[in-house]
Amino acid sequence: MEATIEVSGLRKKFGPTLALDGMSFTVQPGQVTGFVGPNGAGKSTTMRVILGLDAADDGTALVGGQPYPSLRHPLSHVGALLDAAALQPSRSARNHLLWLAHSQGLTARRVDAVIEQAGLQTVARRKAGGYSLGMRQRLGIAAAMLGDPPVLMMDEPFNGMDPEGIVWMRGFLRSLAGQGRAVLVSSHLMSELQDTADHLVVVGRGRAIADTSVRELLAAASRDRITVRTSARSEAMTVLAHAGATVAATDRDTLTVSGLPPERVVALLGESAVTFSEMTPHRASLEEAYMELTRDEVEFRAQPAAEPVEEATS
Amino acid sequence: MTTQATMPHPPAPQSGRDGFAQLVRAEWTKLRTVRGWVIGLVVTALVMAGLGLLTAVGGSSSCQSSGGGPARSGRACGPTLTVGPGGEPVTDSFYFVRQPLTGNGSLTVRVTSLTGRIPPANGNPPLNPNVSPDTRPGLVSWAKSGLILKESTRPGSAYAAIMVTADHGVRLQGNYTSDTAGQPGAVSAASPRWLRLTRSGDMITGYDSVDGTHWTQVGTVQLAGLSPTVQAGLFTASPAYQSISSNFGGGTSGSILPSQATAVFDHVSRSGRWPARTWSGDYIDAAGGSGVGGYHQAGGRFSVTGSGDIAPVIAGSDAGGPILTLSNLLVGTFAGLIGVLVIAAMFITAEYRRGLIRTTLAANPRRGRVLAAKALVIGSVTFVVGLIAATAAVTLGAQIARHKAYVFPATWTTELRMVVGTAALLAVAAVLALALGAVLRRSVAAVTIVVVAIVLPYILSVASVLPVGVLDWLLRITPAAAFAIQQAAPQYPQVTALYSPGTGYFPLAPWAGFAVLCAWAALASGLAVVLIRRRDA
Repeated sequence: MEATIEVSGLRKKFGPTLALDGMSFTVQPGQVTGFVGPNGAGKSTTMRVILGLDAADDGTALVGGQPYPSLRHPLSHVGALLDAAALQPSRSARNHLLWLAHSQGLTARRVDAVIEQAGLQTVARRKAGGYSLGMRQRLGIAAAMLGDPPVLMMDEPFNGMDPEGIVWMRGFLRSLAGQGRAVLVSSHLMSELQDTADHLVVVGRGRAIADTSVRELLAAASRDRITVRTSARSEAMTVLAHAGATVAATDRDTLTVSGLPPERVVALLGESAVTFSEMTPHRASLEEAYMELTRDEVEFRAQPAAEPVEEATS
Repeated sequence: MTTQATMPHPPAPQSGRDGFAQLVRAEWTKLRTVRGWVIGLVVTALVMAGLGLLTAVGGSSSCQSSGGGPARSGRACGPTLTVGPGGEPVTDSFYFVRQPLTGNGSLTVRVTSLTGRIPPANGNPPLNPNVSPDTRPGLVSWAKSGLILKESTRPGSAYAAIMVTADHGVRLQGNYTSDTAGQPGAVSAASPRWLRLTRSGDMITGYDSVDGTHWTQVGTVQLAGLSPTVQAGLFTASPAYQSISSNFGGGTSGSILPSQATAVFDHVSRSGRWPARTWSGDYIDAAGGSGVGGYHQAGGRFSVTGSGDIAPVIAGSDAGGPILTLSNLLVGTFAGLIGVLVIAAMFITAEYRRGLIRTTLAANPRRGRVLAAKALVIGSVTFVVGLIAATAAVTLGAQIARHKAYVFPATWTTELRMVVGTAALLAVAAVLALALGAVLRRSVAAVTIVVVAIVLPYILSVASVLPVGVLDWLLRITPAAAFAIQQAAPQYPQVTALYSPGTGYFPLAPWAGFAVLCAWAALASGLAVVLIRRRDA
């Protein structure tokens, strides 16, 4: 089976709310694909549709080229962590994994293997109701790994994890991708995916607004931008804006300039005798790139005054 | 990058079987790994059996308190009931005008009149219906008079009889429980009935005729091991007059008072050896009836007056002491049912509450089969729980109760039907609860509805808090109809009695009542399958 997820033109309405509006993207094997977007953008709904839990009004979702509901022993094809809290609280973690294993024709030996993999050996026989959210996430990971599937799908796996758990999770996801599996990880916080995701599907209002590799996205967000450090901030802004550049003050003595090549900026500032102490090509953070992409897609967002960047255009 | 090469394990090979057994095993693992459910099922079985055993012990203690004499062993403390040849308790009380008959022979007679007196419609019971001016002319429906051939005058001995009745025409009855219809219609001087009873070895044959010339065989009664010499002659019996009314808002009240009947016979003729030549009159088991009776002979004309009945005793009727049926020992079923319904509903609603249903359905996308596996598991487990509890209640309970009270006898097939049927009642009710849980996705709503639908009608009917007619219909159309599976004693059309759920009688036949529950469970399951397939999880 090809380790891929192909989502094409998904549409879904919950009553009057349009949850998915033409959602399309592909998840490739051997890399971690970040599935990011603000809350309510349709990430969880998409995952439920992929797993055949929710029926889409239109469009297709294929796992390894097949619709999920047609899979026999689906946990051997796709492992999913949707909601770490979805547990019978009085059942132990091991027994939770045991019934899941039995439903797939797997043995208790496989259960013990994934318990070890998720680092739950010492607590596996305790009632799951007493687990912290971080432990539940690990249990969810163990459940997803039961069938040793080539495709993994996790909805907000970092939620509730302590820093140590987050480090572990990042390493774990990287190693899964390294084994050639396709890994789709959703998050509403871009920072969680920094250094983890190779590829990003950015969603907003029920559709993918970007489907790109992390490297390309960062390059696009950084393109043509220059960071200028100067003590004469307002003079520099006036000169550069007058010349047609887009200038943003990012700090007391720092400007981000775009729309002009670096040589021209150096020349303009020199002509006007504006001194500067440093001029470097701008490196956008993933967060910044994401914010730019989703600016128009965030449905309920804070007042613009809260934005850290103030922009001035001529 | 070559995906296949770096994959640590290829996907598991698809098994040739359809995997339903795996699904059942998974659901069984789910059920047994929630300790609360396991404990709940054990407690359910204990309560169910325990209530039955309490009933058995309670029946005994009430006997001891009424005793007072020295302790007696065996069934001595229970009411001393007359027992028929089939082992069942019987009433054998009537006026008998008899002669011994040796060997084969026959007796023929014409009946020209059947009249009687019954208690006043509304009023205080008369002290003695024979002398009280309060009685009025009338017959109870099953007043009976005719020819009887009986092993001996001992109450409970084997017999065959052909008779006219007040409302049910000519009947051939034998050994208390059998009843065959002959000519319909009431008897009068203008429309007399001729009756004939013939003995040939063990076989007694009954005939009737309207003119004494053209005879019709009504049927035969076999009395195995009948003595060479038997008692044969004329008899009259008249069962108690019952006026039962259900009160508004609950309960039934009524009176059961003696009645009497008088029949006039002529054209008495005999064949065979009748060594005594003269007739003698006896009241058989006078204590069992009103004791009113006698006969008058003038030439070839006999007038025989009697009271009482020759019939099986109905469970729950007043027999002068504690009588238990096996139904009483299964009284804990309603409590067991509540436990089972709660657990069965939660078996699926708990998954909805926690969102666990998504894990289940993602692991097994064929949703109808998930429901089927759940139903199979909860049905089987509750069947076993019910079987253990019902077996304990019936066998242990009967052992305990038999020492002190009279336990209504039941054949082993009846006992088996009650025990297995009770287990099946729990199992099918559990499937109904599960299906409703899947439809409603809410524990409280599902449990409330199934308890109201199954347990409440039963409790209402046993407690008799609604008019009998309403209860009858509740026990026909609601899932509670399945309690009919616990009817221990048969209902006899030839005996007028208050056949109520409180005394262990149900409006539907045992398996018919059970079928009503099955129909409800099938309906709910069908709806559940349609909805679980159609709805987003």
